[in-house]
Amino acid sequence: MSRFLKGVDSFETNERKQLPFYIGLVGFGLIAPFLFPNYLFQIAILWIMILFAQTWDTMGGQMGYNSLGNIFFFGAGMYISAIVQVGLVYDVGVYTSAAGAGKASFTPEQYYQGIIYGTLAAAFGSALLAPILGLIMFGLRAAYFAIGTLGIALAAGELFGAWQWVGGGGGIAMPVHPGTADARAEFFYWFSFGAAVITFLALKRLYQTRFGLAINAIRDDEDKAEALGVHTLRHKIVAWSVSAFFLGISGAIFGNMTGFIEPLEVAFPTVTFGIFMVAMPLLGGKGTLWGPVMGAIVFHLVKEVTWTYLLGWQWVALGMIIIITVVFFQQGIMGWMKEKWPEKFGVVIDQTATEARNKGAAE
Amino acid sequence: MLGNLQLLIAAPALNVQLLLDGILIGAVFALSAYGLALVWGVMNVKNLAQGDFVIFGGYLAWWLQKTFGIHPIFMMPVVMALLFIFGWIMYVLIIRWVIDRDLFTSLLATFGIAFVLQQLLNLAFGPEIQTANSGMQTRTLFSTVSVAEIKVVSFILCCILAALIVAFMKRSRMGQAIRATAQDPRAARIMGIDTERVYAFTYALNAAICGAAGVLIAMIWVIQPFYGITHSIRSFVIVTAAGLGNLPGVIVSALGLGVIEQFGGFVLGAEFQQVAVVGMLLIVLIWRQHQMRKLRQVVQ
Repeated sequence: MSRFLKGVDSFETNERKQLPFYIGLVGFGLIAPFLFPNYLFQIAILWIMILFAQTWDTMGGQMGYNSLGNIFFFGAGMYISAIVQVGLVYDVGVYTSAAGAGKASFTPEQYYQGIIYGTLAAAFGSALLAPILGLIMFGLRAAYFAIGTLGIALAAGELFGAWQWVGGGGGIAMPVHPGTADARAEFFYWFSFGAAVITFLALKRLYQTRFGLAINAIRDDEDKAEALGVHTLRHKIVAWSVSAFFLGISGAIFGNMTGFIEPLEVAFPTVTFGIFMVAMPLLGGKGTLWGPVMGAIVFHLVKEVTWTYLLGWQWVALGMIIIITVVFFQQGIMGWMKEKWPEKFGVVIDQTATEARNKGAAE
Repeated sequence: MLGNLQLLIAAPALNVQLLLDGILIGAVFALSAYGLALVWGVMNVKNLAQGDFVIFGGYLAWWLQKTFGIHPIFMMPVVMALLFIFGWIMYVLIIRWVIDRDLFTSLLATFGIAFVLQQLLNLAFGPEIQTANSGMQTRTLFSTVSVAEIKVVSFILCCILAALIVAFMKRSRMGQAIRATAQDPRAARIMGIDTERVYAFTYALNAAICGAAGVLIAMIWVIQPFYGITHSIRSFVIVTAAGLGNLPGVIVSALGLGVIEQFGGFVLGAEFQQVAVVGMLLIVLIWRQHQMRKLRQVVQ
């Protein structure tokens, strides 16, 4: 997991063993637009789901702070990008109040400029919101932290619904992509694919540093970590900022992709996306690099399949999956594989030591 | 917003009105919060499905009234019995497996129950807002304060239920077993108490209490499949503010929350009523944290 543990030959540290996964996933990402041109939207959502799972795992899996309100940064990023994108060209208040009446147009140049600045603003804006919330929330431990963050996400949805300047409960119509429908789908596909890959690489690099070890120490025993000189509050805030940074980007992408922002269902869907992003890393195996990715893929596949065949009952099925994962399968896919093939994960039974101990016991 | 504040100062009767409404509705909050405190204290499970049990009870009452035409108040024992069975089934299927696990697991598992319940209610009854018709009048007191009779009736019912529950916990064999298990499960087992059964009974009793609260909510307020989470948050605010095993505290903070919510909704606007609830949650959590910090300094 860390470069300090490089001597151990395990799946988590050995790049060569992970190579098939890299090739499979990136290869799929690269050829998917040509194989499944009709499902680009769904596959783009898959990449966003992978991003969700990874950013949640930074907090929940690596640092042991189970947040139920990470969706807050997703929605905040979405609104920040919307305000920047619209605000560069029009007055936001006028734009939102005129929604439906006059159609505001953006030239292609304005559109692309807006989306770049909007995404950047969303990323850094969300990352700046994290310390502010962190100072309030990080005094809370365990279940109180989870409930508190859930409260923040719920409150944010209601507050944005009451804020008329950004459209209130009616929402904002995002600038429309200038190209054809196909070009639009492809644009957002590559955008979300790129975001997921960058997130993966960035988090992987982060877990290899001293910082990664420090947040793992906080997970294992916060008081001991503090006694050893780890500035826990600072580390916790930085970790939350990192996940907020990427969640902000995903929010900006998703807002533009759906084309319409609404506070409760799209921007702050606490009981859908907000809970999915917790269930996915748990399903895959939290605290691992590949677990969240696998969990997101399996979860999204199940979701899309049930969507097609279970008309109306898909949400119930998803809820059941969440319950079963949480209650009966919390070690996740990675944990299960670790039990099944321990030698692949660097768990070595020292034969000589065991024999020596047995001999000692016999005498 | 300031205009509303000035209105409050100019018309004292309005304050009385909001205060009364808040207290009458807060009594119903106290019921479900007591259920949460019970489950939390006895089996250390934080039940995020609390509000959805309330809504479920409300829908049962509403549906029974619609189908058989019986007044919801008379249906209350039936709803409580149904919810009791439902709670027992939930315990056997899910809760039993999460009692010994970390707190986040129980939180998430009950959140999953809430999710499924919401969706099932949505499939069965549709997403429209419903109210069970109590067929009672609204009276005007002193020609300024209007009081819906059903709210007064529900307040009285809450008091009766609370008294019954307290008597049950104090006097009955099962109530004593529950309290013994809450104090020390291991010792209770040694004394021959089937703690597994006590846990199941506690969870089922909680569901039944929520069902009763739901019947009242359906009559004095509105129900909708997705309103459960706000009720859950309310219960959490009340229990966190009061502390566990503190019945007077639960009652006081429930009534207080009801009043704060009414005033907040009036001063800030109706769309901020939910924000007021969540805001109270954050305030209570931060206040608790502040107290803990003081405690820590003493230790140092």
